[in-house]
Amino acid sequence: MPDIAELWSPIRLTLELATIATVLLLAIGTPIAWWLARSPATWKEAVAAVIAMPLVLPPTVLGFYLLIALGPNGPGGWVAGLYGARTLAFTFEGLVIGSVLFSMPFVVQPIRNAFEAIGERPLEVAATLRASPWDRFWTVAVPLARPGFITGAVLGFAHTVGEFGVVLMIGGNIPGETKVLSIAIFDYVETLQWSKAHILAGGMLVFSFCVILAMMLLEKRIGRPGA
Amino acid sequence: MLMAEFALLFRPLKRLASLAALPFALLLLAAAPAEAGEVKVAVAANFTEAAKDIGAAFEKSTGHKAVFSFGATGQLYTQISQEAPFEVFLSADQTTAKKAADDGFAVPDSRFTYATGGIVLFSKYKDLVTGEATLKDGKFTKIAIANPATAPYGAAAVEAMKALGVYEALTPKIVQGNSIAQAYQFVDTGNAELGFVALSQVIGKDEGSRWIVPAGLYTIIAQDAVLLKKGAENEAARAFLAYLKDPEAKAVKDKFGYGAGD
Repeated sequence: MPDIAELWSPIRLTLELATIATVLLLAIGTPIAWWLARSPATWKEAVAAVIAMPLVLPPTVLGFYLLIALGPNGPGGWVAGLYGARTLAFTFEGLVIGSVLFSMPFVVQPIRNAFEAIGERPLEVAATLRASPWDRFWTVAVPLARPGFITGAVLGFAHTVGEFGVVLMIGGNIPGETKVLSIAIFDYVETLQWSKAHILAGGMLVFSFCVILAMMLLEKRIGRPGA
Repeated sequence: MLMAEFALLFRPLKRLASLAALPFALLLLAAAPAEAGEVKVAVAANFTEAAKDIGAAFEKSTGHKAVFSFGATGQLYTQISQEAPFEVFLSADQTTAKKAADDGFAVPDSRFTYATGGIVLFSKYKDLVTGEATLKDGKFTKIAIANPATAPYGAAAVEAMKALGVYEALTPKIVQGNSIAQAYQFVDTGNAELGFVALSQVIGKDEGSRWIVPAGLYTIIAQDAVLLKKGAENEAARAFLAYLKDPEAKAVKDKFGYGAGD
């Protein structure tokens, strides 16, 4: 029987990474999605395109630039210097940065769609009732866009769990710090420890199935008017 | 000839004509290997540069072409065990090459040591690496090694650190490259201040600082080659293995700091 602690470490790390990344994704993605949905600026689609780029870029492209950016000669190295380190590569923080960039389109797109689906009317009505812009956002737009937030959060979380190429390039395979689930599976396969690979990979299959199924059920329920 | 084919392809009216010519072109391509063969070689990452040079000399001398796939030894072996189309395997150790033979993927008795290699503690920063004291003082934040589970050069690095009694203390600072190539990349980009790399990777470079790890601290890495079953009938595969013992190949190995092996 494989060592439980050894298998649990990458699982816990992955869950931590995905949770933190999802919180950050929602915090950063929501204002971006709001702006993309509401702004009359024509160049906003250029911004939307930049955010959507990880959808089509090979993870190696992102991994390559991140390796440079996080390194001692990049901005990441400068930030790390503030607390006496040299680089953000090979750190949990570095993985969080990579995950946020990599999963951003999966969060921004559904939230933007949800904001756009609300239309002008509910917000105008709220304005006539003297709701401040801040108030309108929190009490009208956010509740109405809830399906978008749920979809974005689930996809952002799941996509971070599924990340591999970027982590392989900037992670350094450190147990408990950067050795996430996908890397652990890769390692087990490469070293022919297939029973361990089977446990983790099988778990991922079940996880992915549950996520997608939950998404579909949620969308059905939330999408139904009056539910 | 090729240019004419291209011109045809881009002239819409003549496109049909060029399509008709395609089977003949394919036939020519298929016929070509009869004289000049091709051999697919899986090469351990540390031997990358040497293999390229040997491959070029091999082609010049025999007319056969060697096509290389580079990776960590363990990774390559996993691929071989899953029917990857490699014909020759240049492992970074003896055990994996032996395993290939034992598990029935290689031609028995084809195994021999094609090179022996050593490790070096390397930094791109001047004066950072002075000797074993650098490891004992531990005045750095990250030290790169190749994944010891898949890369023999990584295992050698761990062995050397254990022999020096610094492994426990350095463990939190170790970052692992997927292969010795990635370990060197981590060092070269400065993301890790120093790392254990293959002597062959830094032998031609003057910059930085280095300490050639004494042979007593680890087992010098004997790298074995085997003829894989998929290449058993390929003349070019046998020719490549023979060429590894050629004086020209030996000169390349010498240039990259490898011992000549058997």
